[in-house]
Amino acid sequence: MSDRLPPSTPDPTRGATSAAAAAVPEGLALAYESGVELGERSQWTHARRRFFRHRLAVASLIVLVLIALVGVFAHQLAPYGYDEIDLDNTTRSPTLDDWHLFGTDQLGRDYLSRVIFGVRTSLWVAVFVALVSSALGTTVGALAGYYGGQVDNLLMRLTDLMLTLPGLAVLLTASVFLGSGDPLRIGLILAFLFWTAVARIVRGLFLSLREREFVEAAKAAGASDLRIIVRHMLPNCTGPIIVNTTLVVASAILVEAALSFLGFGIQPPNPALGKLISEGQSEGFSLWWLVTFPGLVIMVIALCVNFVGDGLRDALDPTQRRIRA
Amino acid sequence: MLSYVVRRLLYSVVVLVAASFLVFTFVSASGDPLAQLNIVPNLSEQSRQNIIDRKHLDDRIPVRYGYWVKDAVTNQFGTTLLGDRPILPDLWRVMKNTLQLVLIAEILAIAVAVGIGVYSARRQYSAFDYTATTLSFVGLATPVFWLALMLQVLIVQIYEQTGYRIFPIASLNSVDPGSGFDFVLDRAHHLVLPVIVLMVASVASYSRYVRASMLEVMGSDYLRTARAKGLSERRVTIKHAFRNALIPLVTLVALSFGNLLAGAIVTETVFSLDGMGLYFVNALLANDPYPVMAWLMVTATMIIVFNLIADIAYGLLDPRVRYE
Repeated sequence: MSDRLPPSTPDPTRGATSAAAAAVPEGLALAYESGVELGERSQWTHARRRFFRHRLAVASLIVLVLIALVGVFAHQLAPYGYDEIDLDNTTRSPTLDDWHLFGTDQLGRDYLSRVIFGVRTSLWVAVFVALVSSALGTTVGALAGYYGGQVDNLLMRLTDLMLTLPGLAVLLTASVFLGSGDPLRIGLILAFLFWTAVARIVRGLFLSLREREFVEAAKAAGASDLRIIVRHMLPNCTGPIIVNTTLVVASAILVEAALSFLGFGIQPPNPALGKLISEGQSEGFSLWWLVTFPGLVIMVIALCVNFVGDGLRDALDPTQRRIRA
Repeated sequence: MLSYVVRRLLYSVVVLVAASFLVFTFVSASGDPLAQLNIVPNLSEQSRQNIIDRKHLDDRIPVRYGYWVKDAVTNQFGTTLLGDRPILPDLWRVMKNTLQLVLIAEILAIAVAVGIGVYSARRQYSAFDYTATTLSFVGLATPVFWLALMLQVLIVQIYEQTGYRIFPIASLNSVDPGSGFDFVLDRAHHLVLPVIVLMVASVASYSRYVRASMLEVMGSDYLRTARAKGLSERRVTIKHAFRNALIPLVTLVALSFGNLLAGAIVTETVFSLDGMGLYFVNALLANDPYPVMAWLMVTATMIIVFNLIADIAYGLLDPRVRYE
């Protein structure tokens, strides 16, 4: 679980005009002085520009999109079926012939195709986990930060609980005793582990936003609590939330792989990258390609997601800037 | 200070009890613990009933929880569900092995990470810095179990090519480890690969923290003062920057203890080491809630103790921290 965003000043996005003026990003201030026409450029335009200046993040995004597309169109793109057995072509090492780029196993199943289908499930689970945990975490965090009191208390106690037990152990226990196997269930179990981190971040942001003048102004103008939370406060948290959602994708894909590898995650007949590695392991280490390629793909995905997350952090959250691109 | 520690411990006990109740309820409510007995042929009704009586499976969950607590406190966590095997002696054995593995990996990881982090910070934006940063990203993106497998694959490939077995790829000791110094040597030989695997993720994350915290300290006023009064760069780095930069690492290391255990689960499974991780996985595979509960409680206690030590150490290192 990554919690690399300490609650601090939120990024100046739309909705907070007075706040935005106080913390004009460096590039924007220069633009003002040089008299460059700013016109209708929104904060999002600036964020996009900042992101696209981050070459590594853009390259990673392209790789990720390609991998995701391959996963989505697995049925059209994979040269063979997921479970297609070909006893004339067993245990072939990686070769260009017949598209066996990642080799075949003892039943002659093509590992490139298996990995493609595995990417499809694993990526789907990871994105699902990120979206569900962010939605849940944002809701709870916003309520806890805005109202304080009981909700806040409960959230912090839950966090204490989560911090006392190792996450992977809780996950393993949950998937054994709740039953595992299908991707949706694993996704839900994972989301339940990941949501507290987002909740804590949003809570922290809300605690400081709550005291700001524009919230006071909205209150004085008679806005309802719901309107204040949704229209005035949440837009100020979008940056950190988006960044964190991205990083959860990376953690989720690694944790899901570990679960499936240990046999407590996604089970056959559902394809999953972690499961492919454990199947490869059981065929012996002389067939090195069966273990190597699925893991390499997991690594590339996690790496790219992290780079994109870093780029997004620089773009959406200039106060958190860590690495100069 | 003392009252702070006592209050923290009391609070931890409450958290532990709450955690144990939640986990127990959750585990007991999901599924029939005796389900796997159904596939055992020729199982007499009597032995089935014995298990039910012994574990009070006919009672309601809160009552069963009460029995469990009683067993945990007075009877060394009780026994396993089917085999009626005492849990604590087993847990104790595997815990020693795991702590050995984890502590060695952690100490080495801190040493390496501090070296890398300090050097990167001193030479910011150098080739070394960029390489270290990139490698730490790669390290954090590498699945631990896959890294372990790849090392095994490498060893096996080398063996197949040259006939030379560099490191053992499984278990904690040879069949005949010898005694005394030979035993230690044999154990060390077996631990090399698991330690490397456990180290990678820690080094990757710690080195980045050390680098960041060094950079922060190096930009501070008191460092400029130290330089201004003519101290050598070496002395400035070691005495003034380094020591202050390490303070945040204490908290980080203690809070990562849970992650280390998670790493141990995976590493021990791949290398089939007789440690806590493998014990836990085996208990889960046997669908036995009792050792799982015991494991979770012992782990939670260790994590709480580590966090407490970290807080106290932080206070000793940084006099600005006050306990209230």
